[in-house]
Amino acid sequence: MQFYSLPNLIRRGLRGHRDWTPAWRKAEPKPSYDVVIVGAGGHGLATAYYLAKLHGVSNVAVLERGWLGGGNIGRNTAIVRSNYLWDASAHIYEFSLKLWESLSQELNYNVMFSQRGLLNIGHSEQEMRDLARRVGANQLNGIDAELLSTDQVSKLVPILNTSPDTRYPVLGGTLQRRGGVARHDAVAWGYARAADALGVDIVENCEVTGIRTANGRVTSLETTRGEIRAGAVGLVVAGNASVLASMAGIRLPILSHPLQALVTEPLKPVFDPVVMSSAVHVYIHQTDRGELVLGAGIDAPVSYDLNGNFRIIEHVLAAVCELFPIFSRVRMLRQWAGTVDVCPDASPIISGTPIKGLFMNCGWGTGGFKATPGSGWVFAHTLAHQEPHPLNAPFSLDRFTTGALIDEHGAAAVAH
Amino acid sequence: MLLIPCPWCGPREDDEFTFGGEADIPRPADPAALTDEQWADYLFMRDNRRGHHREQWYHTAGCRRWFIVERDTVTNEILGASTYGDSQ
Repeated sequence: MQFYSLPNLIRRGLRGHRDWTPAWRKAEPKPSYDVVIVGAGGHGLATAYYLAKLHGVSNVAVLERGWLGGGNIGRNTAIVRSNYLWDASAHIYEFSLKLWESLSQELNYNVMFSQRGLLNIGHSEQEMRDLARRVGANQLNGIDAELLSTDQVSKLVPILNTSPDTRYPVLGGTLQRRGGVARHDAVAWGYARAADALGVDIVENCEVTGIRTANGRVTSLETTRGEIRAGAVGLVVAGNASVLASMAGIRLPILSHPLQALVTEPLKPVFDPVVMSSAVHVYIHQTDRGELVLGAGIDAPVSYDLNGNFRIIEHVLAAVCELFPIFSRVRMLRQWAGTVDVCPDASPIISGTPIKGLFMNCGWGTGGFKATPGSGWVFAHTLAHQEPHPLNAPFSLDRFTTGALIDEHGAAAVAH
Repeated sequence: MLLIPCPWCGPREDDEFTFGGEADIPRPADPAALTDEQWADYLFMRDNRRGHHREQWYHTAGCRRWFIVERDTVTNEILGASTYGDSQ
């Protein structure tokens, strides 16, 4: 792997930048691997990287139906935070946030992680009580969280309409100063490059069409590029989790929905933190290029379509204009959707399955991006040891049978 | 936007409707006899099919009746609609 550094940049610059090599190889699939990961998105690539880095398992392939990073890792709104209510969630997201803080150095790849702060605003007395409860829970878990008054919110984001005569007045908010955003594509590319350097094969344009088992154990995957034997298989395919699981006869408690996002034309810097409102329902931040990135809720019907319903856009823009009248004439540049895999309790499944050697990392729903490093870390542990890491033990598939759900719907500041 | 063909009111914009999830999931006839696995399957597990999908809709701002729509979940093409009586 070519090390990215200022001296190397200068040295190669003096030679006309002619000897840079691709960040990762285009690997051809081998007939057999110790571990095969399906899905070259953020979570899958992070899993492969930590398998090779921490567990010495480098005979690993990451299979991708389309192109690397073309799924939800490139379709989210790039927000990172860890202010979740319940202990199990708080622990895994906070573990992730700590990994984010040194990820660029770890990968030798600039993921542009920017801890510009994350502000959740409240619009009713009940919502303020809920936010106060969550701040308390966060602090008990060692997560930075502050409860803000309307004046403090106004000082932090002067362009937010905090006048008392709006339809949804801002009564206060919570701030996680360590929250922020990262360059989402760079996360996929950085993990791909680092995993490739450790010997992991990343195979694009390789769709899995079947999962073969013998005596209750997974043996191989049928793909569009031939059969690939595997000691263990990790399915990390987000919106298509149910489709892949059904190939092994497994039913999941997951529903797939489009989640839309929009980007505006670039503006001069006008506000610093990520601003989220659960009641008016929008989340918004300004990128380093000056564009506003906007998102809100899922399309209600189950769907795998990547366009989304226009009504959602109408809703998002109405919410933005309500909170930020200054943006009412800003033009939208792009709109897109990703297929998100939503669990009934809005928490992920990072777990073994009834089939030995077959593991799933899915159900991240609308908020998986922020968990990318931690998710890969614990899933690598799960695949290497064939049992869960303490951080992902609560996120088992059988919690839907035992009833030990981790109900983050509404508890974790709703919007992701 | 989807145009939902309500069997009673004709095609209307999806704004008038509430999505009611996968169809053909009958409530267990003898709930007390179910194992935990069977309960979990009834409550939580779904086919979540990519492609042809039978689903329930409720005409909230119309006739306020439930019915079944068949839709392709990739293209969003509506393949048909029926009442519960029709499909049995």
